[in-house]
Amino acid sequence: MTESTLKTVTLDLPVTTEDLSKLEIGTIVYLNGRVFTAREGVYKRVVEDGQKLPADLGSVNFHCSPAAAIEADGTLNVGAVTATASFRFAKWLDGWFKISGCNVIIGKGGMTSEIYRQSFVPNNAVYLTTVGYGTGALLGRGIETVVAAHWVEDLGLAQAIWVFDCKNFGPFLVEGDLQGNSLFERENAKIAGNIEKLYEGTKSATLRRYGETDDKTDEVI
Amino acid sequence: MIPISDIQTTAETLMAKAAIEIPDDYLGGLEKLADTESGELSAFVIRAMLDNYKAAEEDRRAMCGDTGTPRWYVKYGNDARIEGGPAALEGALRRATANATHNVPLRPNRVHPLWRTDHDNNVGINAPEIEYTFNPDGDWVDLITVHKGGLFGSDYRMLFPGDGIDGIKRFFLDTCVAFGKRGLACQPAIVGVGLGGSKDASMVLGKQAACLRTVGSKHPDPKVAALEEELRLLGNSIGMGAMGFMGSSMVVDCNIELGYCHTGGMPMSVHMFCLSSRRAVARIYADGRAEFRTDPEWFTDYSRRPTVEWAAEGAPQTEAAE
Ligand code: SF4
Repeated sequence: MTESTLKTVTLDLPVTTEDLSKLEIGTIVYLNGRVFTAREGVYKRVVEDGQKLPADLGSVNFHCSPAAAIEADGTLNVGAVTATASFRFAKWLDGWFKISGCNVIIGKGGMTSEIYRQSFVPNNAVYLTTVGYGTGALLGRGIETVVAAHWVEDLGLAQAIWVFDCKNFGPFLVEGDLQGNSLFERENAKIAGNIEKLYEGTKSATLRRYGETDDKTDEVI
Repeated sequence: MIPISDIQTTAETLMAKAAIEIPDDYLGGLEKLADTESGELSAFVIRAMLDNYKAAEEDRRAMCGDTGTPRWYVKYGNDARIEGGPAALEGALRRATANATHNVPLRPNRVHPLWRTDHDNNVGINAPEIEYTFNPDGDWVDLITVHKGGLFGSDYRMLFPGDGIDGIKRFFLDTCVAFGKRGLACQPAIVGVGLGGSKDASMVLGKQAACLRTVGSKHPDPKVAALEEELRLLGNSIGMGAMGFMGSSMVVDCNIELGYCHTGGMPMSVHMFCLSSRRAVARIYADGRAEFRTDPEWFTDYSRRPTVEWAAEGAPQTEAAE
């Protein structure tokens, strides 16, 4: 294993556009401050049905359902937290940024640079990806206080809004920057040539699949 | 007679162990990959995961926030008797799943596929799945829980004899590349391949090959073992590491399991057991005593027997390539 030349930054939340403009794809990020979870259940309610968001959520939206329980006395017990795949939420994001005022999305797998340019760039927002993606215990450690859990009754533990105050919350990697560049797309492009070579001379399966492509630069998201 | 209360307490312990403790064989395999990974980002991801396993054990918290879909595998010794019978056993496993979901805590992942009803306990219609196998002797029962993650990383394809070994390699590559990009499969993974059977059997065998065989284990047929090794190296030569970043760490190990199939076909499935390869095993004896381990020992000469009758001990019991 070689020594790493990767850059690491720690950001205090909430973060300004100016701070975000300094982030380059591939930079390691840790966060101090308030983070909240919201995914499709919340997006549908807020963006489609126009429900008002609870106050004091902060401006960092984590695509996450925590491994958590609510005790009989109301205590919020959060163990591990891991992101869930973000590409499924793309259609709500433009509306969501405008309503929530968020400028950082944390998730799994990123989105396409096309979506970054359409929805993130105009709203001065960046995308941070979790690492692994299984670093649930490390991220759980970064949560100092579980501030609240909203909408648990209607949405269930997994889809509810969980509000965390965090210290050294991470690691994350900058996947989508303020220009709309994607780290994953950069890496895919680096690997593409080798994949082409690996497939050279192999023949497609006897029974094709409907709609199947032979373009190895294609993605499933 | 195995007391049912021992089944339930052991099952609850297993749920926590699986969620928190990364099995040694997987950890060893990942550390080996870490030593050879030259991709900077991929190496960083693997180091973070190694830190994560430590944090999980120190804090006794789940290693991954996504519990996957917890399920059970049960192996009965031929002479095992459980207090209350198989229905009591299933009840105990369902209760243990629900209790551990609250107590560890684990994420309540299981919902109704249409109405999205969530019981917040990982129990519902046909959940957790419970699969069985049998051993020709023994008065014990093995309980195995697997918390396999992943909406991504499994695929099935009907290949034909004419597709040959090349067709198998190509579909293996297809699956690794498709779900390896952006690290959707949370690789490096234990990749299980199911070959043969009918469509459902091929899927079941491939999943069991990923989840119920350890890193470093080999198929008893030397030619199949050689193919396992070839596929492992092939996956690591894609140029893709953890999270789909440039690198060489895609496959921690590749395990193949086989079943006889229709003469015209060669069904194949691929499954990836992720960076949180969670499994825990206990053997419970007639007096209720439990012994914990991480190797499920699910596949045996008996379970792979090719003949009509189960041959006596000492006879050749597996079928090698002709
Ligand atoms: S695939 Fe595995 S490591 Fe990744 S989020 Fe799911 S359970 Fe965690």
